[in-house]
Amino acid sequence: MTTADKPTEFKVLGSTPLRQDGVDKVTGRAQYGADIRLPGMLYGAVLRSPHAHARIKAIDTRAAEAYPGVRAVVTAQDLPELESKVADLGEGSMNLRYQSNNILARDKVLYFGHAVAAVAAVNAHAAEAAAALIQVEYEVLPPVLDVRQAMRPDAPILLAELRTDELGQKGEQPTNVAAHYLDEAGDLEQGFREADVVVEREFTTAMVHQGYIEPQNATALVTADGQVTIWCSTQGAFGVREQTAEILRLPVSKIRVIPMEIGGGFGGKIGVYLEPLAVLLSRKSGHRPVKLTMSRRDVLAATGPTSGSYIKVKMGANRAGQITAAQATLIYEAGAYPGSPVGSAMGVIFAPYRIPNARVEGYDVVVNKPRTAAYRAPGGTNAAFASETVVDELAEKLGLDPLAFRLQNGVQEGDRRVNGVAYKRIGLLEVLRAAQSSAHYQTPLAGPNRGRGVAAGYWGNYGGKSSASASVNADGTVSLQEGSVDIGGSRTALAMQLAETLGLPIEAVRAAVADTDAVGETEGTYGSRTTFATGWAVYEVGQQLKTQLCERAARLWNVAAEQVQYAAGVFTSGEQRLTFAELAAQLDRLGGPVVASAAVQPKTWGPGFAAHIVDVEVDPETGKVQVLRYTAVQDAGKAVYPNYVASQMQGGAAQGIGWALNEEYVYDAQGRLLNANWLDYRMLVTLDLPMLETVIVEVPNPGHPFGVRGVGEVPIVPPAAAVANALYRAVGVRMAELPMAPGRLVAALQARQG
Amino acid sequence: MSAMTHVQTTLNGEAVEFLCEPRQSLLEVLRETLGLTGAKEGCNNGNCGACNVLIDGALVNACLVLAVEVQGRTLTTIEGIAPPGGLHPLQRQFLEHAALQCGFCTPGFIVAAKALLDRTPRPSELEVRQWLAGNLCRCTGYDRIVRAVLAAAEEAQT
Repeated sequence: MTTADKPTEFKVLGSTPLRQDGVDKVTGRAQYGADIRLPGMLYGAVLRSPHAHARIKAIDTRAAEAYPGVRAVVTAQDLPELESKVADLGEGSMNLRYQSNNILARDKVLYFGHAVAAVAAVNAHAAEAAAALIQVEYEVLPPVLDVRQAMRPDAPILLAELRTDELGQKGEQPTNVAAHYLDEAGDLEQGFREADVVVEREFTTAMVHQGYIEPQNATALVTADGQVTIWCSTQGAFGVREQTAEILRLPVSKIRVIPMEIGGGFGGKIGVYLEPLAVLLSRKSGHRPVKLTMSRRDVLAATGPTSGSYIKVKMGANRAGQITAAQATLIYEAGAYPGSPVGSAMGVIFAPYRIPNARVEGYDVVVNKPRTAAYRAPGGTNAAFASETVVDELAEKLGLDPLAFRLQNGVQEGDRRVNGVAYKRIGLLEVLRAAQSSAHYQTPLAGPNRGRGVAAGYWGNYGGKSSASASVNADGTVSLQEGSVDIGGSRTALAMQLAETLGLPIEAVRAAVADTDAVGETEGTYGSRTTFATGWAVYEVGQQLKTQLCERAARLWNVAAEQVQYAAGVFTSGEQRLTFAELAAQLDRLGGPVVASAAVQPKTWGPGFAAHIVDVEVDPETGKVQVLRYTAVQDAGKAVYPNYVASQMQGGAAQGIGWALNEEYVYDAQGRLLNANWLDYRMLVTLDLPMLETVIVEVPNPGHPFGVRGVGEVPIVPPAAAVANALYRAVGVRMAELPMAPGRLVAALQARQG
Repeated sequence: MSAMTHVQTTLNGEAVEFLCEPRQSLLEVLRETLGLTGAKEGCNNGNCGACNVLIDGALVNACLVLAVEVQGRTLTTIEGIAPPGGLHPLQRQFLEHAALQCGFCTPGFIVAAKALLDRTPRPSELEVRQWLAGNLCRCTGYDRIVRAVLAAAEEAQT
């Protein structure tokens, strides 16, 4: 680990305690959403569209309702009809009417797998059998499956009322282009005139899925007084509460969301799919609890994948090695409803470099595929695949080392992005230097068909609303309630920040994830925000506890509160001395319990930068690519829980390598998804990867009490580009399409040979 | 609804009997009838390993076994891995190595790794990777899982 600025001494942060939920998770006791079982519980099933684009002419549910064991059947007619209203969903926003139509299709189905009706029955088999009896009369329409096809004037229109948001102005014609964005800086033409070398390339990337192992699930109970309780797998309980309230037109106070343990999300479990259905079915079945779980097929066909894309990049540099101009056009699949991550992709594409003259355009385009959802640094992997391979080609043409070229042009504090925003203290240069001096980069790679690639990556990170509360127990321990769902060890990372604030060992603080009735509003575990923002709430809680406890000690000692000092777990005032535990034991006679709560909405999150190095070996006959060695370097600001920071880096790298080499949605011409299972949508397994080396760089974020930067997302930004650059060094072809699957690689090698 | 079949089996060392429909998978009966939810449903078609259990010591995907097939057999699930009052070396090493993030695939990996160590007490890294290639983890990139299994093998030898 390297530390760039003057290190701060911490006692708990940076250590590696066992995670507090660990024993439950290695013994099978942890309760995930689908593990719940309530008295009288019914099981649901969802009927889904076999067509990618069709008008619903009629739905006949009579046979399903008559099926033995069925207690309720619902269609879009059971949902309130909503006005268009845009809701912030965290890492993306969505029109609520579209979201309602995505829960159950109303007039049209817009993708293969679009939910049409749902059934609740006494067991899952009866629910599935009944759902299959629902008769839907469709008028099948031609599907639109490619963004460039969707942009043509004669393309079939998905959403009759959609008008382009054209740089802030509403268009007048029906269209599939939901939005057109533009960022500009400097004088682009002048910039390209100053260039001695210009590279221009076009790229396409396939739609891919987050691939969490736990399918979506939701269980709901509506009691006779209309009170709703939802148990589900979500990245954010408050988001589920808000979306469900909006879709069903209920006050949020009527809804309590209890987040169960969650089996992965990566952005895909922010928006709701099943929760409103479970509520409708519970209400309609006479107030019985109803559990809905998705099959893997449903997960792949109908929950948020991330966008496939078309990207064009042109960059120029002078002989001195300076980038003079850069231009990009990004066209992203939104899926069936507007809201692709093209905006954040525009922010990623040239972020690591000082570029005086630039123009970045983005288009958000609807197609007949599932509505996309956030996926770890949404839009970033596609964008960096394009820009970082062009940067690599520029370096090659200039005869420069790819890391040295990036260092020469790399951004630092004060440099401006294309959108004009200036960076505060960031760690890109430190990351690039750490990559240069890493054991991996310093070890030569030899052998035929082998190559080494590098790529850099940026992610902006996020802050958002977070709440926490804590109470001091009589035995000197502290119980922490926090609002962030724990997907990868965050309970412990938050308990560590409270322990650090209080000067206590980690064993003295126990963290619990609270439900929406038990803690203040907290945004979901997304945007690499939890350790940063909820950590900040926890820090504020700790400060308040210290103040209150100093007052109690002052009362005991009959001195003014200002005369009490607290450090490293000990209260002192003159000769008087009490440990934290000694004071905690006396609280009952010093005024009663000590409890503190805090809510924050910090804006000073710091961007994260990463550089990845990969060695590959290609079998030129089969096109199979083996990853020989991989190193991820990243600025964590302050690595609170280093094992789990490194694990984020490794996990993001692995997902990115899978995206680079294997993963893609395969549709037929009618828009039917052909590989909605894990045999045919192949994610990486143990044999596909080597050990994944990590180098954590710490350039503290000046905007956080402990210097924390988010770490979860940026690791997925560089891998696809790094692998593409390695493939070029190995076999001499520049791949412009993801995934770089064996067939495509063989075709590219054959095309080169003519 | 079809007629129920009566099944007697040994589950985590105890005699257990249950009624099931012939179409019900072992996974469904474990989770829904017997209340053992440690085995997870990730795909329900044998591709992810999250429902791994042992039948007479052999590693299987519980989603691909019919419950009626375990008549007279001996079953071990994640709930039966740990010795009384403690943890199995694999469970301990998964925690020590931070070999889990969300934890959903973890029961399957631990059961699968136990089956490996029961027959190959000192596996190489490649043997671990080959054996665990039927288990999907989306969070970790497998590095820490492989290290945890190697460390558990070492711990069991000392």
